[in-house]
Amino acid sequence: MSAPQWKNPIVRWIDYRMPIFTLIHHDLVDYPTPRNLNYWWNFGSLAGFLLVVMIVTGVMLAMHYTPHVDLAFVSVERIMRDVNYGWLIRYLHMNGGSMFFLVVYIHVFRGLYYGSYKAPRELLWMLGVVILILMMATAFMGYVLPWGQMSFWAATVITNLFSAFPVVGESVVHWLWGGFSVDNPTLNRFFSLHYLLPFVIFGLVFLHLWALHTHKSNNPLGIDVKGPQDTIPFHPYYTAKDMFGMAVLLLVYLAFVFFAPNFFTEPDNYIPADPMVTPHQIVPEWYLLPFYAILRAVPNKLGGVVLMFASILILFVLPWLDTSKVKSARFRPIYKQLFWILVVDCIALGWVGANRPEGVYIVIGRIATAYYFVHFLILVPLVGWLERPRPLPESIGAPVLGGGGAAVGATPKPMEKA
Amino acid sequence: MRGKLMAGAAAFLFALSANPAWAVEQSRPAAQDWSFSGVFGVFDRAAQQRGFQVYQQVCAACHSLKLVHYRDLAALGYADDEVKAFAAGKEVQDGPNDAGEMFTRPALPSDHFVSPFANAQVARAANNGALPPDLSLITKARKGGADYLYALLVGYADPPEGMELMEGMSYNPYFAGRQIAMPPPLAEGAVEFADGTPATVEQMAADVTTFLAWASEPDLEERKRLGIKVILFLLVLTGLLYASKRKVWSDLH
Repeated sequence: MSAPQWKNPIVRWIDYRMPIFTLIHHDLVDYPTPRNLNYWWNFGSLAGFLLVVMIVTGVMLAMHYTPHVDLAFVSVERIMRDVNYGWLIRYLHMNGGSMFFLVVYIHVFRGLYYGSYKAPRELLWMLGVVILILMMATAFMGYVLPWGQMSFWAATVITNLFSAFPVVGESVVHWLWGGFSVDNPTLNRFFSLHYLLPFVIFGLVFLHLWALHTHKSNNPLGIDVKGPQDTIPFHPYYTAKDMFGMAVLLLVYLAFVFFAPNFFTEPDNYIPADPMVTPHQIVPEWYLLPFYAILRAVPNKLGGVVLMFASILILFVLPWLDTSKVKSARFRPIYKQLFWILVVDCIALGWVGANRPEGVYIVIGRIATAYYFVHFLILVPLVGWLERPRPLPESIGAPVLGGGGAAVGATPKPMEKA
Repeated sequence: MRGKLMAGAAAFLFALSANPAWAVEQSRPAAQDWSFSGVFGVFDRAAQQRGFQVYQQVCAACHSLKLVHYRDLAALGYADDEVKAFAAGKEVQDGPNDAGEMFTRPALPSDHFVSPFANAQVARAANNGALPPDLSLITKARKGGADYLYALLVGYADPPEGMELMEGMSYNPYFAGRQIAMPPPLAEGAVEFADGTPATVEQMAADVTTFLAWASEPDLEERKRLGIKVILFLLVLTGLLYASKRKVWSDLH
């Protein structure tokens, strides 16, 4: 992997002073990538693509949007009706947010299934969790900007969560609002931060990639790259594969944009914000519903807030909660089952979050919340000790090149145990 | 694994579509066959024009349409001078003029639809305390959209045995809470359609719903037209990219 010899004199001149072409060659062309990555590994690049789409459409929206309580709703409708292709830009941005979360959630669950958070990729994983938290904050503040009924009441509910904290709660909430209720100062600061945070995310994505490129991608077998026979250059193999994945994503994304642009949103947000009228039901966007369900599962306000934050923060310590040395769930018969139960659990939480906290939803919400924490705090550490993993293949290249087909043909390696 | 993935995907899609249920104190509107639904749907121009007439002669007495300009009516197939005439039928306040006076003038195509009430307080005072909502986004701002609006307009009935209505309220099972401050707005023959269509309640309700669906989503036709081209293009592109991926990877296996 020596530095390439550049033939073009201008490229050579620049590269000698600032090796940007060598960097690109090193990290996007020559970059050694495990040869066995499946399609679940497409979602990282898809997330990056959507971040760019969100920033580009967002910058264009900001050129026409007015962050004032009396004008915000009308300015959004002006974008929809009078700005050339304004409806397209806004629907791309609205649905892009949903697609971004969909892709990122798949990306996170991919990491959970294949143990991508384990040594030496803990920091890579933690940077990802920070990105996820910032995405949630950004999305929440973006949802407030059109100043519809759900914007206003979501802002009221979510900022009020901080009042649960003893002593300082009330002051913190007033500080967040910039006044004594959700009002113009709140809208102004949310707009400012909604514009800022995506660029912070952008910076964190580069740290995420830096950490990734230090130890390279994990892979479906979860075993280390042993040599050049296990890898292929990123270009053309994964560039071709990522381009195909991107086209499939665009098909899904644009089908929503053009044919069901309001599928993910609440009709109430097309009613201008009215502090005197509370909507029948206040619900966040779908991607925050599981957390909303956890919040409401606890009868105590502070308890709910703490559990909701804990449900994300717990991901930071996951690399140390998981005691198994085997990464991929393919070789972990019990963990594999637990993974799918967790997926169902998270979907159940989302479903509970979408409904009023009454009757059976309270019971399901509490069970699902409890299970979420049991999974990470009890089952994951315990299974790492108790489970007997299946034998790992000798190398990534062996099952592919050996012609044996699957890991069964490879000589089992001594069991890796903690 | 694959089976589980499919099950997971199905469960996920189910979760996405599991919107909050209809409130118990409200009936679910029946789905209607709209000219503008579906991938190829466009607004029925004649229905839009009839619906505009219903809005003008019935709804506009109480309901504003603040986000729509008179010039937007060109999309309904009206000629420029017809649009000018519609606008000129209303007075708007303008000014100050050179003498510093506010004055009224006939509305222009560039003006927004003139609202029936100067402000919300006047509107409430004139309507028994209830505020008639602006209709600019009505089909987007209500769960059920056009189906809901139609069901509401034709859904007035006598209250069930034993139900006490509040003073000045009407029974309508499709409205949240089942009682609505708006009296039944449409009566047989309330308007006389220029094209001779009999003005039944169902006909007027369907037409005004079509008109208001357009007012809510004036982008709908262009959006779908462009969308078909974009999706067809992407299908071809996806096929080509899949073929090239296969070609690139073929030397590995």
